[in-house]
Amino acid sequence: MADLTTEFLGIKSPNPFWLASAPPTDKEYNVRRAFEAGWGGVVWKTLGSEGPPVVNVNGPRYGAIWGADRRLLGLNNIELITDRSLETNLEEITRVKKDYPDRAVIVSIMVPCEEQAWKDILPRVEATGADGIELNFGCPHGMAERGMGSAVGQVPEYIQMVTEWCKQYYSKPVIVKLTPNITDIRYPARAAKTGGADAVSLINTINSITSVNLDSMAPEPTIGGKGTHGGYCGPAVKPIALNMVAEIARCPQTHGMPISAIGGVTTWKDAAEFIAMGAGNVQVCTAAMTYGFKVVQEMITGLSAWMDEKGHSSIQDFMGSAVPNVTDWQYLDLNYVTKAKISQDDCIKCGRCFAACEDTSHQAIEMSEDRVFTVKDDECVACNLCVNVCPIEGCITMEEVPAGEIDLRTGEVVSADHGDWTTHPNNPSVTAAE
Amino acid sequence: MAQGHQASGIQAGRLAASDIAENFADLHPAYETHEAMVAADRCYFCHDAPCMTACPTSIDIPQFIREIQGGHPESAARTILDQNILGGMCARVCPTETLCEQVCVREVAEGKPVEIGRLQRYATDALMACGVHPFDRAEPTGKRIAVVGAGPAGLSAAHRLAMLGHDVELFEGQPKAGGLNEFGIAAYKSTNDFAAAEVDWLLQIGGITVTYGKTLGGDLNLEQLKSDYDAVFLSIGLGGVNALRAEGEDLAGVADAVDFIAKLRQSDDLSTLPVGRDVVVIGGGMTAVDAAVQSKLLGAENVTIAYRRDQSAMGASRFEQDLAATKGVKLMFNVMPKAVLGTNSAEEVELERTEIKEGRVTGTGETLRLKADQVFKAIGQTLEGQPEAVELSGGKIKVDAQGKTSVSGVWAGGDCASGGEDLTVTAVAEGRDAAMDIHQSLMG
Ligand SMILES: Cc1cc2nc3c(=O)[nH]c(=O)nc-3n(C[C@H](O)[C@H](O)[C@H](O)COP(=O)(O)OP(=O)(O)OC[C@H]3O[C@@H](n4cnc5c(N)ncnc54)[C@H](O)[C@@H]3O)c2cc1C
Ligand SMILES: Cc1cc2nc3c(=O)[nH]c(=O)nc-3n(C[C@H](O)[C@H](O)[C@H](O)COP(=O)(O)O)c2cc1C
Ligand code: SF4
Repeated sequence: MADLTTEFLGIKSPNPFWLASAPPTDKEYNVRRAFEAGWGGVVWKTLGSEGPPVVNVNGPRYGAIWGADRRLLGLNNIELITDRSLETNLEEITRVKKDYPDRAVIVSIMVPCEEQAWKDILPRVEATGADGIELNFGCPHGMAERGMGSAVGQVPEYIQMVTEWCKQYYSKPVIVKLTPNITDIRYPARAAKTGGADAVSLINTINSITSVNLDSMAPEPTIGGKGTHGGYCGPAVKPIALNMVAEIARCPQTHGMPISAIGGVTTWKDAAEFIAMGAGNVQVCTAAMTYGFKVVQEMITGLSAWMDEKGHSSIQDFMGSAVPNVTDWQYLDLNYVTKAKISQDDCIKCGRCFAACEDTSHQAIEMSEDRVFTVKDDECVACNLCVNVCPIEGCITMEEVPAGEIDLRTGEVVSADHGDWTTHPNNPSVTAAE
Repeated sequence: MAQGHQASGIQAGRLAASDIAENFADLHPAYETHEAMVAADRCYFCHDAPCMTACPTSIDIPQFIREIQGGHPESAARTILDQNILGGMCARVCPTETLCEQVCVREVAEGKPVEIGRLQRYATDALMACGVHPFDRAEPTGKRIAVVGAGPAGLSAAHRLAMLGHDVELFEGQPKAGGLNEFGIAAYKSTNDFAAAEVDWLLQIGGITVTYGKTLGGDLNLEQLKSDYDAVFLSIGLGGVNALRAEGEDLAGVADAVDFIAKLRQSDDLSTLPVGRDVVVIGGGMTAVDAAVQSKLLGAENVTIAYRRDQSAMGASRFEQDLAATKGVKLMFNVMPKAVLGTNSAEEVELERTEIKEGRVTGTGETLRLKADQVFKAIGQTLEGQPEAVELSGGKIKVDAQGKTSVSGVWAGGDCASGGEDLTVTAVAEGRDAAMDIHQSLMG
């Protein structure tokens, strides 16, 4: 069995699956049970300053989007940071870390954007023996209005400044957790790096309103007739997180900076994809909140089975392998030609490809009287829509037209050479350059 | 004397009332909302969907399932009822395994179709539970139409004609409407007096006057109807039954399966309904299966269906055959009845093995006997009481694709008319289409 042991910033954990800072890591009781279930590490639920803790709403905190069979696809929350006292949390962290020396325990922190506030809390966190800290610059609701969370995360200068304070008053690794509620994720990542952060973690939740109650005409979750935007997470956000991780991994200024990937990790496969995209480990929240701590077991067995299949002996073996293959659109090879092909053996004759292509694409699928569906190579632009709407996996495939053969749509011979937009005759800037 | 199961002869109370109630519960229970959502989600929303083509009433199945997905079972019901006003009954009794669900692409791909029938029931139940009738009548046309027979075909025609603004006089020989929905369909397919409730709901459209106890050939004749009304629609079903033509047919204990079923359907308390200990049903169609299964459910110890051809020729669908087998009915193929034997009442049935020679069922000479204190004949229903003026074809009233008979101004549909399978849904389709044609010819 493949070795899943992970060393992230020198912090060892038996596997790359950490619980993200959220309700699952809110207290000693949960964290002990999570470790017993097999989680490799936890990022403790975000701590605030000394003094009276924040208060949460007493009405519903969550909204959701569901798929088939009420499978939870997206979760939205309006919860704040921990609503328990700093002292209690620190005591619990100390006890847990002492009992689980082989697991990663990271403390998430969010205090006001003043040097003194950080100076006060950091030594106390250091005293717990936890392995590192994560700066919560991501929380998009409640705390942002108080000048914390995403209000800091959206201003790169603040990120850099706070990171510098942390590196100054704390000796162990500092992870900066980024908010996705920003136009270009590379700016805050660069600021974290400049400030001396050891790693970034992303994404925190995305500003969202999951639904409107059409009787009360209020957003959901509704608290006394009103609602507010919350933070979106779960399987629905994975593609967004994956892109942001990729952007940081391939940006020359941040390339190589350790990344703890978060956002929609639900199965081993999501984790493998994030790691291939440059992450050193993953953090999970919604999957645990949906299915309980036990979900980690399939993540562990699944990842190691896949690594065995592929001959990877450690996470390191495939970490970042997909990064060099992420490029900009303009560099994609326009001479790479494919055509959709429908396997008549697998086709169940639902006709969805026909409806999709005929009504919304390129009228490239023919339907016979007896419901046989075939692709017209002279019309197919290879958009892949039919593949995506077909209910049978593998029934429609995209087949490459080899170099030297004629693309029946354009009537041109497929070139063996790479040819992208930067050199294409239709590109006005190419012409201008001549 | 032996009691219950083991009591000989035709006896009531073979099972405890609670067991009987359980046995006759809904064959396909209604979905809970979540189950319906999961089932609806399996629909692929096929282009030019095969299920829709397979439905004799052409219900837009992908559309109604999508309406269920969207949280509007009542609109889904409207989509169903637009095409099939007895969509509620059809959801319960259609042999979907040979209709829409047979051609569902998921049946073809996985052997597990979208459960269209149960989804249809979910939608129609939801609408009927609201107690509203979703259709309005058009402006009165002043035309009056006579419909004879208040089974599925007659009800469907009457509803459509009333909706189009005509006044309908519906004549029914029985004291109750519904036809075989009320008197024939297996009890576990139409529970809680659904047939009667559906008729009441259907009549809410208005413009339909039902006259009970009036039969064509008795109090009514076609000439009179033709002169009193602007058009006549005949939907009298198949009132007669084929005779066994075997010795001993007149012995006590030998009965028509449809009569037994009608009694069963009209019984207020099934535990008082007598049934034999050893029951033999002669036939191979839906009626044979229903008589056999319901005998078993009443507590008969041994129930055998004796069919003269092989299994593949059976009129009852594979699903119905399997249902019979799982309820403990024994299916015998290639046997035909020679005689019913007994002194005062039936005691045994003598069967002869058969083979098919040049397409005909022929006895091989080998015989066997089965114990039988009750014998049900289910070898086909026949047309009865039809007016002499109408031309027949294959033992049924000859009609064209629109339901016109050979007599001008007279249409026919359902089991009594030629064309189409003898199914509830087909009767509904034919009634509806004839109504449209009547409308067309009256209004130009
Ligand atoms: C036992 C049995 C089980 C069946 N099970 C199923 C099933 O599960 N699924 C399915 O789809 N189909 C089933 N069928 C078939 C289905 O019931 C019929 O195809 C359908 O009822 C035909 O409708 P109809 O309106 O043509 O005739 P009917 O339902 O027979 O209605 C005819 C009506 O006309 C009345 N009538 C007859 N003669 C006269 C007259 N002279 N004057 C006035 N009124 C008259 C009758 O009283 C009756 O009300 C079954 C049939 C039987 C016998
Ligand atoms: C109820 C809830 C509370 C959260 N609280 C915090 C928090 O206190 N600190 C923090 O950094 N992130 C918090 N998060 C964000 C998660 O740590 C994580 O970044 C996000 O949910 C995306 O991961 P997922 O798709 O696996 O859920 C919270 C998320 C949820 C659902
Ligand atoms: S790939 Fe696109 S254009 Fe080609 S057949 Fe499929 S849907 Fe049509």
